[in-house]
Amino acid sequence: MAEAGAAARPGAGAGSQRSLHRRYAVYVVTLVLLTLGLGALERVGVSRAWIAAIFLLAPVALYASIGLACRTTHSAEYFVAGRNVPAVYNGMAIAADWMSVASFMGLAGLLYTSGHAALAYVLGWTGGFCLVAFYLAPYLRRFGQYTIPDFLAERYASRGARLIGALVCVLCSFSYVVAQIYGVGLITSRLTGFSFEIGVFVGLGGVLVCSFLGGMRAVTWTQVAQYIILFAAYLVPVVWLAVKQTGVPVPQAIYGERLQKVGALERQLVADPKEREVIDALRAEADRYRARLADPEAALLRERSAAQERIDTMLAERAPVRELRHAERVLLALPKDAEAAREAWTRKRDALDERARPLGGLPPQSQAFAGDPDGGPAQRQAESDAKINFVALVFCLMAGTAGLPHLLGRFYTTPTVREARRSVTWALLFIVLVYLNAPVLAALLKVEVMQSVVGLRFDQLPRWLVEWSRVDSALLSFSDVNRDGILQFGELKINGDIFVLAAPEIGGLPFVISCMVAAGALAAALSTADGLLLTIANALSHDVYFKTLAPDAESSRQVAISKVVLMVVALGAAYVATLRAAEIMSLVTPAFSIAAATLFPALVLGIFWKRMTGWGAMAGMLAGLLVTLYYLASTHPGLRQLLGLTGEPALWWNVHPSSAGVFGVPAAFAVGIVVSLLTPASAAGTQFVEQIRRPSAG
Amino acid sequence: MPPQDDPPARYWRSNTRLVALLTLVWALLSFVVPLAGIESITLFGAPFSLWMTAQGAPIAYVLIIWWYDRRMDRLDRASGPGHDG
Repeated sequence: MAEAGAAARPGAGAGSQRSLHRRYAVYVVTLVLLTLGLGALERVGVSRAWIAAIFLLAPVALYASIGLACRTTHSAEYFVAGRNVPAVYNGMAIAADWMSVASFMGLAGLLYTSGHAALAYVLGWTGGFCLVAFYLAPYLRRFGQYTIPDFLAERYASRGARLIGALVCVLCSFSYVVAQIYGVGLITSRLTGFSFEIGVFVGLGGVLVCSFLGGMRAVTWTQVAQYIILFAAYLVPVVWLAVKQTGVPVPQAIYGERLQKVGALERQLVADPKEREVIDALRAEADRYRARLADPEAALLRERSAAQERIDTMLAERAPVRELRHAERVLLALPKDAEAAREAWTRKRDALDERARPLGGLPPQSQAFAGDPDGGPAQRQAESDAKINFVALVFCLMAGTAGLPHLLGRFYTTPTVREARRSVTWALLFIVLVYLNAPVLAALLKVEVMQSVVGLRFDQLPRWLVEWSRVDSALLSFSDVNRDGILQFGELKINGDIFVLAAPEIGGLPFVISCMVAAGALAAALSTADGLLLTIANALSHDVYFKTLAPDAESSRQVAISKVVLMVVALGAAYVATLRAAEIMSLVTPAFSIAAATLFPALVLGIFWKRMTGWGAMAGMLAGLLVTLYYLASTHPGLRQLLGLTGEPALWWNVHPSSAGVFGVPAAFAVGIVVSLLTPASAAGTQFVEQIRRPSAG
Repeated sequence: MPPQDDPPARYWRSNTRLVALLTLVWALLSFVVPLAGIESITLFGAPFSLWMTAQGAPIAYVLIIWWYDRRMDRLDRASGPGHDG
């Protein structure tokens, strides 16, 4: 496998495509043998830690050896993989590049917890490729330079457009790459027992050896390998669960039937008196916090003296040390002052109110939108908000897909315009093959939990439930709220992010499949991180340094500079990831909004409207960026906290902060068009547009 | 020859017509069907709008991109490398 890249030297023809097929076939066989071999070792009784370590490190070693085999200092090789990646392989590379760790681990869980609302991600992350295919990919390939800012600079004959483009590339890719590295750390530490920080740096090593030595070429061939592993890792548990529950091995065939099953189970649970008890108990608990919040200062004093009194009585009665420790911890855990108490108790009250509803607050799996168009004003409002937010999110994700530079840059790597066009079809096909399984997986897991887990006695709970709750109670927690010794659905709280990783255990598969899924998640994280790091490094080294600051530098020096920048950016991203800011995950969707409101309008108008001018492009990008950032900064909870904003955020039409692009995109188009009409047309721009619109040869 | 009738302009017009048509299909799939909430018809055991959003639309996206690629290939061949400048 290590030689895969060697087949792609300039001038590669049909013969070398055959040898590429052969190499990846060998890789697939090796992967199957590795899984079977480790499965056999597990049977024999080799420790889980060893199996996990081998399954995680073997692929990373493979990625690194592809990087070594593809090492290069040639700029066309480094930046655009020598422009000879066949459409099928470019499609696979795009698919791996595209599917981030958030979508691999989070999508099915989000569908489990949010139901229909999460389908916006399924639509958005696939439908955006239509925009890429119709409006961008063929023209970018026909232009055929190295980066997206290159295109802006040439089309608009403007250094300013290049710099703004480069700034946007860095801005939307950085938060995204930090999220990937964060994911790498999480998976490695969970599976091997390394600390989070070591996990981050092991993963980082895999990313760096690959992109550092071989640039786009190594990254492309690695991503193909990563797609294969992540595809298998996603599919195996879904098919297994489908067979286990229905006997049919095609998940899509049983989707509707499973949805009906979930619906029936949901109705049963809603009517269950035991579930009602749980809801009442949770509501009573919420009311306790509500009472405390009426006068937090007095309540805090009361709580403190009560806790102190308990400790005093225990001391007097010579209670066991363990109980005494527990009582002391209760006292220490009380908020420091009235302000902190108000904040902590409000959070707890809201969380309890959220859960004290039928089905633990989860919407029914088949319910289209929250609220009810025929209900009262609040219900009608909830329904229209849900619809607006669904459309806004779909729109931002789609336009963002057609604006994210790490994806668009890939269309420079094919040999011809036709292959670029065809690779969009392949890419979407490979992505859809994975994403179509997410809604089915969510339904299968829901049946599994509602049918086989709910109703068990607390001392009989399955092992995965107990183990995940030990890892982190924020990921999974359960408690006997109504004290009947039996688990109700309302007593179980699961964080959506663990579902894919836990799916093999939930379905009762061998441990080696859990490792495979983790290796798939790791592949999803590393492949996306690779593509993003290259984009950031190229924007800084190629567009800012080489094209703007030092245009006389030699091309080999350019590659060297790019490698140094890459190293610095990667270490910076790893450092930010080790700060463990959980908010970083919530900044991935805003990255789509930023790309949608800046690069997307500038590129599409530049291709489809000859009259668009450089001033128009710059003004449009800046307007889109400012509107999007303003809305994000003034409404996104994490950013508000960072900026020290207080009070209620002012939402526009109740649109969620992440979908800020829904305002940014029209602003960018409007400003871009108006400013273009006010500034003189450029003959060079018109000529450029005519050039890229011509039919492609052969 | 008037500019709107030279081969590149004709090629471009056919392209934009095709793109406009497929964009319309894309918009219907992405924004109209999911909101329509059609539940009276079922597809593969699921309500129509729900099945289309979760499974049908992504498959349809692949098909319309594939169709676009095929049509453009044919258009490219018809316009020929001779006009490629």
